[in-house]
Amino acid sequence: MSLEFLLASGIGALAAAGFWLMLRARTFDVVLGLTLLSYAVNLFLFSAGRLNPGRTPLLRDGVAPLLSNYTDPLPQALVLTAIVISMAMTALLLVLAIQARSANATDHVDGKERGG
Amino acid sequence: MNHAVVLPLLLPLIAGAALVVLHRAPPAVRRGVGLLSTLLMAVAVAALGLQVEAHGLMVYQVGNWPSFAGIVLLADPLAVLMLGLLVVLALAAQLFATGGEDRHGPHFQALFQFQLFGLAGAFLTHDLFNLFVFFEVLLAASYGLLLHGQGGERLRQGMHYVVLNLLASVLFLLAIGTIYAAAGSLNMSDLSVRIGALAEGPQALAMAGGALMLVVFGLKAALLPLSFWLPRTYSAAPATSALLFALMTKLGLYALIRINTLLFGEDAGALAGFAWPWLFWAGAAGAVFAAISALAARRLRPLVGQLVVGSAGVVAMAVGMGTQAALAAALFYLAHSTLTMAAFFLLADWIRRQRNGGDVLFRAGRLEHRGLLGTLFLFLALAAVGLPPLGGFLGKVLLLAYADPSGQGVVLWSVVLGVSVLNLVALARSGSRLFWQPPLPGAAAVAGSGTGAPGLGERLALALLLTALVAVAVLASPLARYVAAAAGLLQQPGQYASAVLGLDPLPSTEPQ
Repeated sequence: MSLEFLLASGIGALAAAGFWLMLRARTFDVVLGLTLLSYAVNLFLFSAGRLNPGRTPLLRDGVAPLLSNYTDPLPQALVLTAIVISMAMTALLLVLAIQARSANATDHVDGKERGG
Repeated sequence: MNHAVVLPLLLPLIAGAALVVLHRAPPAVRRGVGLLSTLLMAVAVAALGLQVEAHGLMVYQVGNWPSFAGIVLLADPLAVLMLGLLVVLALAAQLFATGGEDRHGPHFQALFQFQLFGLAGAFLTHDLFNLFVFFEVLLAASYGLLLHGQGGERLRQGMHYVVLNLLASVLFLLAIGTIYAAAGSLNMSDLSVRIGALAEGPQALAMAGGALMLVVFGLKAALLPLSFWLPRTYSAAPATSALLFALMTKLGLYALIRINTLLFGEDAGALAGFAWPWLFWAGAAGAVFAAISALAARRLRPLVGQLVVGSAGVVAMAVGMGTQAALAAALFYLAHSTLTMAAFFLLADWIRRQRNGGDVLFRAGRLEHRGLLGTLFLFLALAAVGLPPLGGFLGKVLLLAYADPSGQGVVLWSVVLGVSVLNLVALARSGSRLFWQPPLPGAAAVAGSGTGAPGLGERLALALLLTALVAVAVLASPLARYVAAAAGLLQQPGQYASAVLGLDPLPSTEPQ
């Protein structure tokens, strides 16, 4: 199996699980779903620079500074930023979920049980 | 390099950081630092505006990196217009917050400054990923401001708002990744050159990225299938946040204009203007739907929320016409409607506090200051519907005058006029209920228990917004020329490309 196939199906599985969890009406599931989705997106961003196994984004002596000799460093920088941001946002969402749980006495995303 | 471009970003960032440290200082000190920073920012924006007027596009290479490698900030007439609206709304919000909202938590002023930082950055940046980062900055701050002085209802709406926006961020990242994979750059001007030259395969990828962006910013701008979150969130938000929210929907429209004129504009080859029809029809449907929902609103603040959605729809429709004249009219109407909606949120908050029934559009408590509030309501209703003598009328006339009388033009005419009539009915009915209907006998006993007549800061805030509204009407001719020039420039992505990509970094100052 090629690396592309593995990565693409991994992204697909993560995104599918993430969306399924997000559609559930409990705050913790939604938080988990968003986390899985952000993993999927981070892998996707990483692959935007094409998969170049065995190549580093660091310049070496004697190797011409062309993208064909190196892997693209920019998507990796983007992924790092995206990871930091999504971690912070997840933390915030967790705090919010706990607060909403104690204020509304339920973990339903609408703040009340259906029909209640 | 001219540092005027980066100043509107640095001022709120530094002030915000200082306010985090000062969170134990007396409220008056924090308030003073916040107001001072916003005033300085207003001066910086005015200076930037004058420079853009004199020199045309102003490009700032952050860290002195060449444009293709580093992040570029760019100030053009459109960015200056949005920054101008931002400082007016920010000053009004801060004045209004002196009425007590800024004492609900120690970090109000710091969060407010960070939100200004994020908004100003989003207006100035010329890099897709940087746009994402500034969106996150302003959203993180807006979550904080929204949940200030929280209650069950606010938490519930806050939860929806945060989750929706996080999902939008995920889609935004997907769009960025797709466009980078297709075109290999994130600089908007670089992209405008590269997208036109793409082969068929990558072109389809770039279009997918552009369509994802349409969804992301459609959610922020509350275009039709993505607008259901807005009225409830806005009506649960404290007045100060609601005021900035009035600008945040317009930020979505701004990003749509920016991306679809630069990335998918005149130079984009087969992809040129592919998003315009989508914007047009989503805007039309959104405006009609919001006008009907406004008729059904039972409270004043959701009603204003629907007006926000409706005005965003009208602007999106005009932008979606894709011509320079329609774009100019859209910008004019955007400026007017942002100010109107912001003032309306403040007024709704006054009314809610003075009436024991809150802002329910039914027989509730009697209002104090009925004459003043009623006059203001009438004034703002005229502005929101777009009746003379205010700027909304001129904006709509501009829209109708330049709409091609065939095809889309017919739809534009019918929607704009139909929506105006429906809004007029909705506002006339709610006005008469709020101000003329006597309270139910039972309610009369507790009537007049409204707490807090509007304080000085709150009066000043509303006065500032009303002055700006009148200024839009009085200075309509220079403003119309200004937006026409801004729209003309937006239609020439080549000008941006030569300004951004043609700029060399400063020579090194290190001793050789």
